[in-house]
Amino acid sequence: MRKLRHWGPGLLLLSPSLILLAIFVYGLIAWTTKVSVSDEHNALGSKGFVGLENYTKLFTEDINDRFTHSLKNLALFTIVFLVGAMFFGLLWAFILERGVKAEGFFRTVYLFPMAVSFVASGVVWRWLMNPNKGENAGGLNAVLGGLGLDFAQSTWWTNPNWGMASMAIPAIWQLAGYVMALFLAGFRGIPAELREAAAMDGASTYRLYRNVIFPQLTPVALSALIILGHMSMKMFDLIMSVSGPQWLTEVPAIYVWQTLLTSDYAKAAAISIILLLLVAVVIVPYLIYTNRQEKNA
Amino acid sequence: MVFSPVKGGGRGGRMGLTRRAAVAAVGVAALLTAGACGSSDDNGGGSGSTKVEVFTWWADGGEKAGLDGLVKQFGTDCAGQTFENGAVAGGAGANAKSVLASRLQQGTPPDTFQAHAGAELSDYILAGQVEDISADYDAWGLKQAFPQGLIDNLTVEGKIYSVPANIHRANVVWTNKKVLADAGITKDPTDLAGFIADLDKVKAKGIKAPLAIGKDWTQLMLFESVLITDLGPEKFTGLWNGTTDWNDPLVTKAINDFKTLLTYTNTDRDALDWTDAEKLVMDGKAAYQLMGDWEAADLDAKKFTDYAWFTFPGNGDTFQWLADSFVLPKGANNPEGTKCWLKTVGSAAGQKAFNTTKGSIPARTDAAPADYPKYQQAAMADWKSFKQVPSCAHGSACSQGWQGAANSALGAFSTKQDVPALQKALATAASQFVKK
Repeated sequence: MRKLRHWGPGLLLLSPSLILLAIFVYGLIAWTTKVSVSDEHNALGSKGFVGLENYTKLFTEDINDRFTHSLKNLALFTIVFLVGAMFFGLLWAFILERGVKAEGFFRTVYLFPMAVSFVASGVVWRWLMNPNKGENAGGLNAVLGGLGLDFAQSTWWTNPNWGMASMAIPAIWQLAGYVMALFLAGFRGIPAELREAAAMDGASTYRLYRNVIFPQLTPVALSALIILGHMSMKMFDLIMSVSGPQWLTEVPAIYVWQTLLTSDYAKAAAISIILLLLVAVVIVPYLIYTNRQEKNA
Repeated sequence: MVFSPVKGGGRGGRMGLTRRAAVAAVGVAALLTAGACGSSDDNGGGSGSTKVEVFTWWADGGEKAGLDGLVKQFGTDCAGQTFENGAVAGGAGANAKSVLASRLQQGTPPDTFQAHAGAELSDYILAGQVEDISADYDAWGLKQAFPQGLIDNLTVEGKIYSVPANIHRANVVWTNKKVLADAGITKDPTDLAGFIADLDKVKAKGIKAPLAIGKDWTQLMLFESVLITDLGPEKFTGLWNGTTDWNDPLVTKAINDFKTLLTYTNTDRDALDWTDAEKLVMDGKAAYQLMGDWEAADLDAKKFTDYAWFTFPGNGDTFQWLADSFVLPKGANNPEGTKCWLKTVGSAAGQKAFNTTKGSIPARTDAAPADYPKYQQAAMADWKSFKQVPSCAHGSACSQGWQGAANSALGAFSTKQDVPALQKALATAASQFVKK
């Protein structure tokens, strides 16, 4: 009774959100899993259980290896996006941390793109990354042409091999400022005593950053990577507005949508579950890690 | 958010309680409202209702104007019934289709909905979601009014499920007259060799990409036209009903011809939609574009008059059609009203009201050409006498799943130019989707 009094009110307060989560998140995940092992390939509905067939087919029998192609696209996009956003984020944070004049102004300038939706910026970037070259050039290529840098003109996202790297540019532009904000908070969170102690020990500026400051930033870097990583895996709106749904730039999230539109529910569900697992692979270790950190603290 | 672990829940319990309670209350209220909305929708048209909810993706432009014309006719023909607009805008029908799919699954269909006539209906037919209206076709005299080729394409195992409101033609090449005159081209080509010779002539005048094209589905349209040329209308239709093998050497020839044509097209094709390609023709940066005949209405609307058209070279007297049609869903609230709507759609007056404003032609062969603009008059004459074949890019030849697979395969071909891979992909798609 006493015990109940101890945790009862808490549970009661939590119950609405628990119930909603149970139904709308975990219940629907369970439902999607069920559909993904059925043969509900059209509006007719399911006739039965097919085990993992939908999953294996995605890897072995998909026309033109469409699914593995979309995974490759996603991998290239994610790598370029993460490296780019982390690099610029850290660079900007570092510069601001070193004490630039008008820090508040630059902070706002760098952070502002994050306030724009992917759909809106995607439409602009679609125009900027116009693949025409030479006399027909538009967007960035026209700028490059005007500067006499014709050799630097690119086919951008329409390049069959490196197109997805171009697709990552708007994403980097949009989120590098966010990474900067995270790192800047990290820099500011390092106690002044540590710097002073390093100075007392006669450490050079390089040694100070290399051995004292950067190690302290590891948790921040990890958080930034996880946040960007899971956003990247689920990337949909940016690509939809830059290229529209098509083979060249297809990623799993867009493939799900395309499959759903053709009423192939089982296949769409299978791709969704694979996507969920991919994101989970990134997030679950992070959650375990932070959980441990908090317990230790 | 997963990333912001909730801390400090222990403090400020009272505050927390009220806030939580408020959140919960709002949540529950939201759920209830959603439920209430749902049920009020259902009650809107109980049995004995006189409302006809017409579900379309015609929300603006010429399509909306056409729908308005149809509604006006419906008002006179079906006194006592009221029209209710159930249009869902956006995504060239993609949004509407997903809303429709969930309504059909929940068993709350609209009284009638728009769908591309032909194979795209097959999913609904298989699922038993639409009613057979063959008997009404006889009663309304539609079997005589529509050309036999269309009736054949519409019939699934002896039954007809939809009434087409309009007809568009897919295999038409649009030209910029001035560019052609500059290149000294005076006659329309009648076969592929002639077409390629003309493309070379235009190219020699310094126009690098004389044939304008856009992304995947527009490429599929061009490819289908090449298929008609190389296979002929009968074998082409057979590709979609399983009687022609996709591994046929003639298909290989068609893919190679298509590959040759692609060398005359703009390299940024995957970045363009059909209107962007149309602009290349209007600006004189290209001479030709293959596109459906909605291009005529669009060019007219953009006040570009210096255009001409011809049937895709080698297609002879083949009319590749696509159509919007209406159906009677199973479990419709007001089947009587729906039937009156369908009757209006199929009637001479209804087809006139719709098509003169939308820029398409009537499916009926008894319409008066004088009511229509110049291009439509020519198309109406062809419609009566030509052979009708369906289009996959626009759903009259293949189901939505097949269409998606074909678009994706053409998209891959656009970058890789791999002939055997395209043939294999299309053959696999056919084996997956034919007769399903």
